[in-house]
Amino acid sequence: MGIFILRRLGVMVLTALCLTFIVFWLTNLYPNLEKLAKTQGNFRMSDEAVSSYLGDRGYLQPMPVKFGQWLGVMPGWVTEKEEGKTFGRCFDAGTPEKERPTRCGVLQGDWGFSTVFKDEVGTTVATRLALTGKLMLCVLLLMVPSALIVGVLAGMREGSKLDRSLSTFSIATTATPEYVSGVIFIAVLASSKFGLSPILAEWGWIDSKTLFLGSATSAMADANFWNFFLPVLTISLYGMGYIARMTRASMAEVMTAQYIRTARLKGVKFSDIVLKHALRNALIAPFTVIMLQIPWLLNGVVIVETLFNYKGFGWLLVQAASNNDIELLLAVSVVSVVVVLVTQLISDIGYVYLNPRIRIS
Amino acid sequence: MEPLSWTGSLSGLNYFFLIILGLLALMIVVSILASLVPSSDARAIGADGTLASDQGAAGFINMIIGYLFYAVVALVLVYLVLGVVMGTGAGIMGGISRQFLPVWAALIITYAVSITYKRKLGLYGKLFDSTVGMIGFGIVMFWVFTGIMGGVFDMLITHDSLSQVSGMKNKLPGTPLARADAEDYQWFLLGGDNLARDVFSRLIKGSWVVVQIAPMATLFAFMVGITLGLPAGYYGGRLDTVLSFLANLILAFPVILLFYLLVTPEIVLTGIPNYMATFLFVFPLIFVAILLNSRYYTQPSFRTPLLIVVLGVLGWLYLSLISSDGSIVQTDTYRIPGLPAMLDGFDIDGGILVVFVSVVFVNSPTVFRIVRGLALDIKTRDYVAAAQTRGEGPWYIMLWEILPNARGPLIVDFCLRIGYTTILLGTLGFFGLGLESESPDWGSTINAGRRLLALYPHAAIAPALALLSLVLGLNLLADGLREESLRD
Repeated sequence: MGIFILRRLGVMVLTALCLTFIVFWLTNLYPNLEKLAKTQGNFRMSDEAVSSYLGDRGYLQPMPVKFGQWLGVMPGWVTEKEEGKTFGRCFDAGTPEKERPTRCGVLQGDWGFSTVFKDEVGTTVATRLALTGKLMLCVLLLMVPSALIVGVLAGMREGSKLDRSLSTFSIATTATPEYVSGVIFIAVLASSKFGLSPILAEWGWIDSKTLFLGSATSAMADANFWNFFLPVLTISLYGMGYIARMTRASMAEVMTAQYIRTARLKGVKFSDIVLKHALRNALIAPFTVIMLQIPWLLNGVVIVETLFNYKGFGWLLVQAASNNDIELLLAVSVVSVVVVLVTQLISDIGYVYLNPRIRIS
Repeated sequence: MEPLSWTGSLSGLNYFFLIILGLLALMIVVSILASLVPSSDARAIGADGTLASDQGAAGFINMIIGYLFYAVVALVLVYLVLGVVMGTGAGIMGGISRQFLPVWAALIITYAVSITYKRKLGLYGKLFDSTVGMIGFGIVMFWVFTGIMGGVFDMLITHDSLSQVSGMKNKLPGTPLARADAEDYQWFLLGGDNLARDVFSRLIKGSWVVVQIAPMATLFAFMVGITLGLPAGYYGGRLDTVLSFLANLILAFPVILLFYLLVTPEIVLTGIPNYMATFLFVFPLIFVAILLNSRYYTQPSFRTPLLIVVLGVLGWLYLSLISSDGSIVQTDTYRIPGLPAMLDGFDIDGGILVVFVSVVFVNSPTVFRIVRGLALDIKTRDYVAAAQTRGEGPWYIMLWEILPNARGPLIVDFCLRIGYTTILLGTLGFFGLGLESESPDWGSTINAGRRLLALYPHAAIAPALALLSLVLGLNLLADGLREESLRD
């Protein structure tokens, strides 16, 4: 087991390195750098001005060198201007010579400086990640129990009316991407002119103008049911159907097992069979699926945060990518890649741990 | 002119329809609740010793649900048929129904022909044994016909999808056209969007973008996945390790980040999407070449002309696809010459090509993993061992022994994956990536409409529902296919 985890960790680090290098390479292509220079400097820069701007800031070094500097395994660039000003990757012109570090990169804990937010990348990512963490937590709290309940109820009597209704529901949710369900929810539940809200307001059932708030910006500081439920529901629904279908398949398989038949023949109550005998075995497979679903939630998070204007990690990704904010984008991709790889690792280890029939030599 | 209501002179039917719909929902809930309670049906033993039992309460409820369902279907048909007859007299629904008349005709013909010959049509024919599959197939074909008729032949649409009509900005569905000429269609059936364009016509034009790209992109992804996945599963070893690592690498990328990195105009300038197109689109050629060669290499007199003809045609298509204006890659500093413009069969719009490439790129690793898993499973079967004993080559075994036996899961996944590709295309549009902002595709339209969602939801809701129905149809179709292919 130890060696298995170690090997997986090795592959993980390799994958993360490869992926960040790809992101690094794509963001550091010359047209992207030119755009960066023009947005940071001014839009009417001549080609020479662009290349001197980029050259001064170390952007025109060979790609592996730049990547090494970003990682912190190579000394950062230093530019000495003719007028005697000296600045570099790790310090600006005002820093006294003694306090200038040679290396500053991810390994030293320095994630760089965001050109869009004019702030340290580390703190920016951390604040946004905390906001998305809140969203994800609510999503998991809503999605996992409801998906498991739907799946177990559908799978315990395969082919029954309940099964068919719930399966149709799961198929419908997997067919509804977030940008569709979000749009429908906003139009039906959060519009003061259309959908349910005007009717309910007229009947006096709701105090505010709309049933839910169509924008989650206020939920960043103070999340409550009114302003936070729609984004959470939107993300949960899309992921839910898939987990529910997997749970159903797993439950249906367990229900045909020999030991369940024995229990039924012994006259055990049906509810006891489902809860005490079948459930434990049926939940092994969904556990893996739930873990592997988390990276997919990240996708949903980006869409929903854009749609509901919730300024979290997904919103940050969009901002960083559309403005080619290189260091921010790299940090964002490192975080998301690590999330993907860690969940994969947990799902593998958890599967072995939960299922005593599998042993890794 | 009066604005249209949703159902016009058929609005008397609405109450009836709502009541039946409500009853149906109620009875489904009742039947679910009833199924939780064990029912004891009355049994009677006849004089001849036979046992007779009635259906019990559950059977009765099911019967009611059946009738109510048929009533709902019949009422929907009434709306549609009367809509075709009465046109806008039956309100917006009637107007839409009449506009779709060619689609209805095509659907009826397809179903009539398919059901008549369903015993001779293999898996496709069996689809018509399953209700779910038939519903799914109907929805999918509806959008396919809509896309082809509306996108290629300019039928169905009521107005030009790009022209802006002054005075129609953000107008509600059914608003009469301002300052209409006599030959114009007199209404905006689904209203106007924020640039005063007809939502209905854009919806139809947008379906063509999806119908055009999604199946082709999925097909290409399958070619890539199969060509790489079969040897990875069959040979295993180092090849498998390397290919699986690469596939996992792409899968670990958040899709949206990948899109943002690949589809921005700056990256397009560097020609990277063109390189990727050149690389990814060569796989169908390799696939077909190996497929035919492994089968016919014992008869060179037949194989050689066959390969020359097939690869000639495919090669020309390939070169036409990847080259535009006589070059494969064209940047400021250098160009790689491709097929000269006079031989170039068709040009794919740059934006669409980039979208196409990135969708194929994102999809192929998943297909690779599925094919690899299937190959790992199937290569232990007896018929593979028999082929090995016969002395068949590895590619023959992979493509003519393993692949045909993996077709069931692959066909099902193909349907699901088209749906997933549709969702991806919508995501691209939603973030305004790839296609131009005025493109009528559903994702871009949702993106444009979402800013005014709380005030004028119709511009975003119409494409959202269209996308939902298409993906739902594909999922139901896949479900029906899975059911029927498992029955073998």
